[in-house]
Amino acid sequence: MNSSTMTWDSHEAETRFSLSRWLPRRWYLHLVLIAGALVMIAPLLWMLTLSLKPARLTYSPPYLIPTTFEWSNYVQAWEAAPFARYYLNTAIMAGGVTLGQLLLGSLAAYAFARLTFPGRNLLFLAVLGTMMLPFQVLLIPSYLIVKDLGWLNSFSGLIIPRMVSAFGIFLLRQHYLSIPKELDEAALIDGASRFGVWWRIILPLSRPALATLAIFAFLFAWNDFLWPLIVTDKPDMRTIQLGLVMFQGRYGTNWTLLMAGTVTATVPTIIAFLLGQRQFIESIALSGVKE
Amino acid sequence: MTLPISARPRRIRLNGEARMALLAVLPALAILGLFTVFPIFYSGYLSLQDWNGFDPESSWVGLQNYVDWFQSPVFWHSLSVTAAYVVGLTVLSLVGGLAVALLLNSGVRGVTLYRVLYFIPVVTATVAAATVWRYLLDPGSGLVNTVLRDLGIQGPNWLSDPTWALPAVILVGVWKRVGFNMVIFLAGLQTIPRVYYEAAMVDGATSWERFRHITLPLLSPTTLLVAIMTLIDAFLVFDVVFVMSNGTGGPVGSTEVLGFLLWREAFRYFNLGDASAIGWILFLIVLAVTLVQWRLFGRTARSGV
Repeated sequence: MNSSTMTWDSHEAETRFSLSRWLPRRWYLHLVLIAGALVMIAPLLWMLTLSLKPARLTYSPPYLIPTTFEWSNYVQAWEAAPFARYYLNTAIMAGGVTLGQLLLGSLAAYAFARLTFPGRNLLFLAVLGTMMLPFQVLLIPSYLIVKDLGWLNSFSGLIIPRMVSAFGIFLLRQHYLSIPKELDEAALIDGASRFGVWWRIILPLSRPALATLAIFAFLFAWNDFLWPLIVTDKPDMRTIQLGLVMFQGRYGTNWTLLMAGTVTATVPTIIAFLLGQRQFIESIALSGVKE
Repeated sequence: MTLPISARPRRIRLNGEARMALLAVLPALAILGLFTVFPIFYSGYLSLQDWNGFDPESSWVGLQNYVDWFQSPVFWHSLSVTAAYVVGLTVLSLVGGLAVALLLNSGVRGVTLYRVLYFIPVVTATVAAATVWRYLLDPGSGLVNTVLRDLGIQGPNWLSDPTWALPAVILVGVWKRVGFNMVIFLAGLQTIPRVYYEAAMVDGATSWERFRHITLPLLSPTTLLVAIMTLIDAFLVFDVVFVMSNGTGGPVGSTEVLGFLLWREAFRYFNLGDASAIGWILFLIVLAVTLVQWRLFGRTARSGV
């Protein structure tokens, strides 16, 4: 170990002499990375640029950075379709799904991580097993159940079936296992109830994990297309993703307005992602390494 | 009543604990049960029925729905479209994700910023992304064909050409997936001890040899995991196809993946039995892939270390 560190040092010392050869290699890497990043970001910059162009310039040579600022496109798009309504519907749906996943998920995770009860391990395995079931297979029965409950075209139908995520329960349980048990026990001795331990100790200490799950749940719900497509058909219950598709059907070639709508639909997810990007990306990375 | 007094509170507390536990898991389990566990059986039952969803009675047809699909060219066509999508997406997004991860793992600065930039397509809604890409792929004035024209290449009519529509959908799928795979690859790369590379450099190994004999083998559990996750998601693709083909699966059925076929059969033609049979075929494919994953992971776990 010691000798290898030494050779590493001496190798670095060697490269310091050939700085001219070392520098271009780095620059080259950054060039490739920046080119790739541009490909990743360009469609979104495009969306923004096009949404701010006057309609007559729709097919004019493209710029990555907006050069015109036709804010009236946004006004027109919001007048041409009830985007405000779509926004409200989506916000209620995404908010409900997120709150539900946090509350129900953390209660279940607390029980699985901390309490002993008959069938605990079996139930937890069953919860994990449900992660394997592809949503498409559940689509038709879920639709029929929601229909029988009279929940079509309602927030209950949009929210309640997605209010529990097995992944969320798993994520939170793993985090709860890392909180020292002594804290619970001290609180119990001081006369706290199990519920009190969850509310006053576990919840405050698991804020990072809760934030990560909240971003997952919010992005998933906000971007969801298939489920709202199935359970709503009334215009005033449409979510923003559905609204965009309908808008495309009607104003298919009116790209500047369409892009104004698309930007409107995308901004909240980008903000949510940027707010929690570190924890969000790291929890995805962890899921890979841990197998 | 004859219990020693010291034992009593303990027993009562245990009961309380179990009661609290059941109260805590019950809401989550009830929803998972009703909307995940029960539907898988219900859809199996439906796949053995002939039902349009409106008639009060459905009729039992046994495995007939499956037999019909296996004899239908529509199904085999859709399966081959799905397979092409799965292979294209998995190969390209794995190679792309690994390439970016390797670049980021080489000690360049600004990894956090790059990671965010490459990850943004992952969090962009598929509908929004596919909409922009429809504009970018416009045959006359879209960015893609403009760039190709500058390079002296006549670009195809992407989304209205049956040959090029599926590659276009794959392109968008890859664009949305690369960042996700990159993040997992990068985490995998960071678990490989530096000492191995240092030792190899002392022995005079070239960078290709180091990649071939250290990185690739030590990264293989990560690669397998990324491959399987991508594979499963690719089999279930729906949104991109729906938006890019304007809800048709076209042109001429060239992007008609199984997920789309299921939706159309159920919610356009109201053949809930036939649609559920597609659902179960998809489920069995995903299950098979998962079982292979377990086997392979079991093996690497045994042979590893």
